[in-house]
Amino acid sequence: MKGLDQIFITIGHLIAGWFPASVRPLVLAVLAIACIMPVFGLCFALTTIVERKVLGRMQNRYGPNRVGIWGLLQPMADGLKMLTKEDIVPFSADKTLHFLAPLVLTVPVWLAFAVLPFGRGMSAINLDSAILFFFAVGSASELAVFMAGWSSQNKYSLVGAMRAIAQMISYEVPLVLSTVPVLMLAGSLSLNDIVAAQGTYTYAGLARWNAFTPWGLAGLLLFLIAATAESNRSPFDLPEGESEIIAGFLTEYSGFKYALFFLGEYLGLFAMTGLAVTLYLGGWHAPFKWLEWIPSWLWFGAKFGALIFLFIWVRATLPRLRLDQLLNFAWRFLVPLSLINLLAGAVWYWTGVWNFPAAVLVRWALSAALVAFPYHWLGQALRGPLPPPRTYSYAE
Amino acid sequence: MPNEIVFLLCATITLAGAIAAMTLRNLVHCALCAAGAFAGLAALYLQLNAEFAGFAQLLVYVGAIAILIVFTVLLTRGADIQPGASSASPAPWMGVLVGALVFAGLVWAILASPNLLRLPPPAAQAPVKKIGEQLMSQYIMPLETIGLLLTAALLGAVVIALREPAKTETPAR
Repeated sequence: MKGLDQIFITIGHLIAGWFPASVRPLVLAVLAIACIMPVFGLCFALTTIVERKVLGRMQNRYGPNRVGIWGLLQPMADGLKMLTKEDIVPFSADKTLHFLAPLVLTVPVWLAFAVLPFGRGMSAINLDSAILFFFAVGSASELAVFMAGWSSQNKYSLVGAMRAIAQMISYEVPLVLSTVPVLMLAGSLSLNDIVAAQGTYTYAGLARWNAFTPWGLAGLLLFLIAATAESNRSPFDLPEGESEIIAGFLTEYSGFKYALFFLGEYLGLFAMTGLAVTLYLGGWHAPFKWLEWIPSWLWFGAKFGALIFLFIWVRATLPRLRLDQLLNFAWRFLVPLSLINLLAGAVWYWTGVWNFPAAVLVRWALSAALVAFPYHWLGQALRGPLPPPRTYSYAE
Repeated sequence: MPNEIVFLLCATITLAGAIAAMTLRNLVHCALCAAGAFAGLAALYLQLNAEFAGFAQLLVYVGAIAILIVFTVLLTRGADIQPGASSASPAPWMGVLVGALVFAGLVWAILASPNLLRLPPPAAQAPVKKIGEQLMSQYIMPLETIGLLLTAALLGAVVIALREPAKTETPAR
């Protein structure tokens, strides 16, 4: 099974062996790019069809089932349609920015995949400050959204872009803050070190994933909520709220540029999902020691797929928020909770040296209480008093 | 040789972005070109093996400052300048003079610095861990001071942005 686990690295080094030693690092880098781009490109195609089918089933209908067997060729048909559509640029639009915006959104997103460890020793570059890199390359997307909205010279586009930027800036704070306890406990900014820190096993062969600790579970939930908002997905998809502002900053885009925006949005979601798997769900490690024989990249893929399904499920379940609810939720609920979660992580860290009997239970209770009670109180306080029971005058 | 090519590319992007940010007529274009210049500067930091500085530059300048500039432009005077207005200042030689003086001062300071005489250190890179340890031990006071200052600024911004409480007296009927 060791051979299967390392199969991609073995093949990569085999191919690199055909070249002189001086260009081998370059060849390996090109090979990594040549793997990441098609895999996640296909992943995008597959996710669109899976999302439509799952949404359909959850809404008691079939979803696409006409093109190919089970409708599996639907993404190809959609892609062809997008490619052959007329590319309309509004007469008064700022032509250069209108052209550049989809590129500025999509190109940096690819960079984020460079630091994700997809399996044992399978990260394209092993950066010392990988997580900083991840968030730094993501910072261009706000500018791209602004460029798209402003250059279209359309009020709906501008309002949509402003909404999107306000949302992205607000949710970036809890997104980054929720990752801080993980970095603190692992003592490193490198994603490979963070995965290695979760690689040991505790009682009954259960892995030491961060999600199995109170602060880790809270951090995972906070991260997933913020990631949903960051990638403009339902229930936070009001930058594209079609009932009020047509399609937001996408209003004046058609054809392939529109498809590029969608590609960028989904790739951003994939990168966030990969980061969530790496930070909280043990990366490519198996959940139990006796399951370690399954190749590491399969574990990463399985966790990745499960989280993507969760995102689709949430989209089918929750209604869209209002803008004031959205911003209040970020600043008055998520940001304080992620700060408190930092404290819970610190308590977990400092109580790690305890070794009296039942220390584990006390540690757990302390850290969990630090997260659970503020969650309850904050939720109660923000909800306000319940309205009095309704009285009916004429309907008795 | 590849190093020089990369440096020239980054320098060209930075300079072109900066020049465009000063000369273009449309303020939004200027802001976006400034963001390009920030990104070029980050690439220069990365080429110097300063990973932390480079990524922080990207995060703070491209991710936050550029957005702030763009918002400021949109919220204050609007992006469109009247066609007759000139973007150049009435006395351009003043700017050239100040720029030349600053440049000369910097060159003089760098040439006079004793660091130039020393041999370059063998591994000119600062691991993030080391930066963190230094920030938490030797430079803890500046760090805390900056934190306090930023918190005060944040609170001040909130106070300014707070909605005025509604007047309590009822209007005369």
